[in-house]
Amino acid sequence: MPLIPVVLWTDALVYLLILVALGFALYAMHHEHLRAPWRAVIRSPAGMASLIVLAVYGGIGILDTVHVRLRIEQAGEARYGPEILSLLDLALTDLRTRQEKTYSAPLATHLYAKESILQPDGTLSRDYPRLQYGGAHLRDPGTEHARDIAGRSGQGLVEGLALWVLISTLLIGGLAYRQRQPFDQLFGQILRGQTEIPWRLALFTLGLILILASITAELAAAYHVLGTDKVGEDVLYQALKGIRTGLVIGTLTTLVMLPAALLLGVMAGYFGGWVDDLIQYLYTTLNSIPGVLLIAAAILMLQVYMNAHADDFKSLVERADLRLLWLCVILGVTSWTGLCRLLRGEALKLRESDYVLAARALGVGHFAIIVRHLLPNVFHIVLINLVLDFSGLVLAEAVLSYINIGVDPTMYSWGNMINSARLELARDPVVWWSLAAAFGFMFVLILAANLFADVVRDAFDPRLRILRA
Amino acid sequence: MTAYLIRRVLYAIPILIGVNLITFILFFIVNSPDDMARMHLGQKRVIPEAIEAWKVERGYNLPLLYNGQVEGFRRLTDTIFFQKSLKLFAFQFGLSDSGRDIGYDISQRMWPSLAIAVPVLFVGLLLNISYALFIVFFRATHIDFGSAVLLVILMSISGLFYIISGQYLMAKLWHLVPVSGYREGLESWRFLILPVLVGVISGIGSGTRWYRTLFLEEIERDYVRTARAKGLPEHLVLFRHVLRNALIPILTGVVAILPLLFMGSLITESFFGIPGLGSYTIDAINNQDFAIVRAMVFLGAVLHILGLILTDISYTLVDPRVRLP
Repeated sequence: MPLIPVVLWTDALVYLLILVALGFALYAMHHEHLRAPWRAVIRSPAGMASLIVLAVYGGIGILDTVHVRLRIEQAGEARYGPEILSLLDLALTDLRTRQEKTYSAPLATHLYAKESILQPDGTLSRDYPRLQYGGAHLRDPGTEHARDIAGRSGQGLVEGLALWVLISTLLIGGLAYRQRQPFDQLFGQILRGQTEIPWRLALFTLGLILILASITAELAAAYHVLGTDKVGEDVLYQALKGIRTGLVIGTLTTLVMLPAALLLGVMAGYFGGWVDDLIQYLYTTLNSIPGVLLIAAAILMLQVYMNAHADDFKSLVERADLRLLWLCVILGVTSWTGLCRLLRGEALKLRESDYVLAARALGVGHFAIIVRHLLPNVFHIVLINLVLDFSGLVLAEAVLSYINIGVDPTMYSWGNMINSARLELARDPVVWWSLAAAFGFMFVLILAANLFADVVRDAFDPRLRILRA
Repeated sequence: MTAYLIRRVLYAIPILIGVNLITFILFFIVNSPDDMARMHLGQKRVIPEAIEAWKVERGYNLPLLYNGQVEGFRRLTDTIFFQKSLKLFAFQFGLSDSGRDIGYDISQRMWPSLAIAVPVLFVGLLLNISYALFIVFFRATHIDFGSAVLLVILMSISGLFYIISGQYLMAKLWHLVPVSGYREGLESWRFLILPVLVGVISGIGSGTRWYRTLFLEEIERDYVRTARAKGLPEHLVLFRHVLRNALIPILTGVVAILPLLFMGSLITESFFGIPGLGSYTIDAINNQDFAIVRAMVFLGAVLHILGLILTDISYTLVDPRVRLP
């Protein structure tokens, strides 16, 4: 085999998360009361568009989660290299390996800083040297540069459009077949926006993403689309790698503390009495500690531990991964209390409901009541909380990286990009592209997540559902 | 009321003990003072004598919980737990790891923190509530829809972006205010205006959305329908009835965070070089000064609990329906 898979800690948890999500999706498909709110999400335009954007981000994140080690032949002997790469790394090998000397602007052909260059006639002159990779195929950048970029963008546009037309035709064709409708009739309905599911908006969003992606891909083959950073690394590559970190922090944080929050919250509400007192005491205490300080203390402690046990970590990637996991856990510890309190309140209400009383009268055990009657009825709170917390957590990552208590400095993340680029604004001319890339990628994700969260909350909150009806 | 207050204050004691235990476990049991000393003195090639000297200098050379080497009551008091953790209850923060008096530093640094946090809170409150009222007044129109889109966009922008772009535009390009720094006295407004502005703007998105929800919830109530039915114009309904009733959750929400204003804003202060408690905490984290971090954790917990108690009191004051048990 040319490669063997490597499963890091966060990878394992991401796989678990995907399995849980798939299991839930299967379960929801067969239960009408769960299908209805999801249908409402899909049918709302904001929900549909944000779902597509989130799916694209999620796809990149998953590609970046499957880690492997490549086989290298060395002196006739085959073994696996020490470097841990993800599928995304392999797909972007060009971007990853084409390293320049230092900063260069987006789509530039020349370096950002002047250097002494040895001319063919043997004299030295100070000028902006050509980039090693960016636009290296141009013989005379001054005249060819703009035309080349326009040509590549045009080519990307055409390819993107072609791909989009192909996908749209297949999709509409499939739909027409399923709904037993003539193709052109359905096509007309979609074009006029008359379908129940907002297919027109969905196809528009998809088209936008496809065209942007294919233009970027065409340009990235010969240029650094978003420039390069201080050590000459491609900024687009860094921003793409940051997606996984953001997603992991946004989702795993809630996931790792979910069992505790669910169990304790429901137990506190259901049993009451001293159990309630104890659990309330626990989360009030944790809540009293300022979150940032708890995170800082925990990360400092982890650093001390890692320094004391430096030999336990085989590679930087594993070290960074453990720190990411630890950050998720500790962020979870600071944020589970809100969910726990909500669940307690809901369980307190449900405890008095008729069906729980009936179950108790029939002699059903406490455990069975909690699992069968309480958990399904607090589920919407968990889901709403999960999507509402997501964007806040992604934003928090950037802030924490600034105080050096975020993810490992060697890990690609938007927070690290912002942190290392913010001092470069003082340069002249301004180095703005790293900041712009990180903020841009983050903004799109957070915007989609916020829109999605609003739609999901509206769809799942029974209180709101009554208000609307 | 008095009995309730006394009960609440007594209830705070076990919580503070819990906070203290958590910090104690984190700072002294998960990692021994030896680890900390090694971290400060450099990882490799530290001689044991240097570690011992570092610990003696800062009082970390005592046993954790029980000192068997001395007599009487001092068996319990000559320990790290008593000296470093329990003394916090008397607000004796002791010396930082670099030898400064933490109590004095806190009393000096809380004023710049307040100078930013208080204007941000009140200007933000005024702006967000007015905007939310404006949206509610024009609800179900294009203004409502456009504002909803604007607010989601504002909310989706990282706070760091507001700070960085504010500094770049106002300080570097237009030279309106200094990039960062602070000066005592009246001159300080030039240094404060940008951080306050950034703080207010970055809060508009989530703040206004929150108040809008509150107002919309209130506007469904029966008394609003009555007010409209008797022919009150919409603006009077909004200002005289909806606003006054919605003020209850708003006020109690504000009261809850009032004490925490002392802690300052971590990011804003350190970006703008304001010598407040927020940047104090960040510096302590970056210098790995555990004594300061411990003190700030305790102070934060005390202020948080104070905020909870104040919230309960303010409920009874503004809403006559609420009686404390």
